[in-house]
Amino acid sequence: MTPEDWSAVRLTAQLAGLTTVLLLIVGTPVAWWLARTRSRLKPLVASVVAMPLVLPPSVMGFYLLLLMGPQGPVGQMTQALGLGRLPFSFAGLVVASVIYSMPFVVQPLQQAFEAIPERLLEASATLRAGPLDRFFSVVLPLARPGFLTASVLGFAHTVGEFGVVLMIGGNIPDKTRVVSVAIYDHVEALEYAQAHWLSGGMLVFSFVVLLTLYGRRRGNVGGGVG
Amino acid sequence: MADHPLASGASTAIVASTVATAATATSATGATGGAQGATPPAAGIEARFAVDYAGFRLDVDLRLPGRGVTALFGHSGSGKTTLLRCVAGLEPAARGRLVVNGECWQDDARGIQVPTHRRELGYVFQEASLFPHLSVRRNLEFGLRRIPAAARRVRLEHAVALLGLEALLERMPDRLSGGERQRVGMARALLTSPRILLMDEPLAALDHRRKQEILPYLERLHDELDIPVLYVSHSPDEVVRLADHVVMLGDGKVMAAGELHATMARLDLPTAFTEDAGVVIDGVVAEHDDHDHLTRLDFPGGAVWVQRQPVALGRRLRFRIHARDVSLADHRVEGTSIQNLLPATVTEVVGADSPAHVLVGLDAGGTALIARITRRAAEQLVLRPGRRMWAQIKSVALLG
Repeated sequence: MTPEDWSAVRLTAQLAGLTTVLLLIVGTPVAWWLARTRSRLKPLVASVVAMPLVLPPSVMGFYLLLLMGPQGPVGQMTQALGLGRLPFSFAGLVVASVIYSMPFVVQPLQQAFEAIPERLLEASATLRAGPLDRFFSVVLPLARPGFLTASVLGFAHTVGEFGVVLMIGGNIPDKTRVVSVAIYDHVEALEYAQAHWLSGGMLVFSFVVLLTLYGRRRGNVGGGVG
Repeated sequence: MADHPLASGASTAIVASTVATAATATSATGATGGAQGATPPAAGIEARFAVDYAGFRLDVDLRLPGRGVTALFGHSGSGKTTLLRCVAGLEPAARGRLVVNGECWQDDARGIQVPTHRRELGYVFQEASLFPHLSVRRNLEFGLRRIPAAARRVRLEHAVALLGLEALLERMPDRLSGGERQRVGMARALLTSPRILLMDEPLAALDHRRKQEILPYLERLHDELDIPVLYVSHSPDEVVRLADHVVMLGDGKVMAAGELHATMARLDLPTAFTEDAGVVIDGVVAEHDDHDHLTRLDFPGGAVWVQRQPVALGRRLRFRIHARDVSLADHRVEGTSIQNLLPATVTEVVGADSPAHVLVGLDAGGTALIARITRRAAEQLVLRPGRRMWAQIKSVALLG
């Protein structure tokens, strides 16, 4: 493995880590709203959140590129704010990843929230817990398995993305060149040995992640909410 | 239950200061309330609610006593649980006004809607709704830790002793029986030192044995709490055993509200037309006859003998006399096996649930009785209001 490969690994970990943290912050209220709302907007929001599940990454990337580009509304806003342009920057990658991995975080959280009986929240309200207090002392502990699943899936899915990264980030070493793109480069250049190292690493990583997730779920039976 | 070691002594004082404190707090609220400050803060509960759901409408306007147990009684779908949830602030769609012992929790006219977590109430759900991720002790501490130390009138040890939870503290809720869970739920609610305790059919999810296991605890709560309790139930047994007052609900409306004994003695309510019709009487243990193994219970206007009760003289025992167990004679019958004979005046005669029977309202020297006899007998005896008769009581059902 070359120093460039290691740099790609490090960048990938940074991107996935930051994306996961941002997704937990953004995704939790979205998931909570989806889990509890009776609004007619619910199917609309749920569909928008789930779009990345079905859209080709290149389509996502294309529109994000237009949005964040110099002529796009988001691009003009970031420029007006003095933040520069997002495409072909690490920040742009993070924004794209947050959108692209959103359903992988929101859906497990939403399911975990939906499994919490309304009655428990009412009980905690009659025991003097205000809305935030209820969230932190009842919802959060009961939804912990959901948060774990959401974090793991969000992280792993961001690590595995390729199309969106290529469209938005391009292939700039140390800035936007993540593992999946590096592998593509190696294969293009017929550097199969290096491609093997990175691909094998991804394979093992993904397998271990899923094994941990499913293994934990099995051991967690009986942790039901009743 | 009467001789339980916890039924006397220190624990009696648990919430004794509640009413006094409530009164003080009341004047403060009244002052800030401003505009309508002319009305003095009254003890009691004023509850006026209207809620509309598809196919159901609750519309009530109630004045309830500020202490004792008030049963909200009715069939399922009568609106009793909805009413309780309105009091707790758990029905955001409910419009109306709610004042609990002087403290205004909702008044739409003045834009007041105190959120549930700021209402000083205790709520016991039909399913105990314990937090599954917390031990019994942590469940109990949940509310306790959220009220200011100065406001804590019920100590953890007291609530634990009152509901017999000593051995359960370190257990997780999924390791408790249904009855145990419900007791934890009650203790948890009490530990917030509430101004009012709301109980939504706390026994409904339990089998008969568990019910019998919990009823004594409920009676003890009743005896020791100095706060009003609203108790939702569809079981006449629970109501007559625990309540001081009763509100009968049907189709979202109040059909009757009043003191328990008087309400149970009314012949114009649906309760009179069930197999279970009958009066409730509070008697005082006046005499034990150890030779015949009998105990005499005195009440205004008379006394009845019942099987010897292991209860100290002077204690209060509640009992029922079912209408079906009362027969009437126009003179004092000699040579009968019936021991309990009471002189009584007929107050009214109305049709019963079957065309062959009538219900006879009686006044036995201040205590109401109901007799269910055949229409033919009523005609032969020429029963009219004012007529003096002898009520022959075939059996007395002790409660508790």
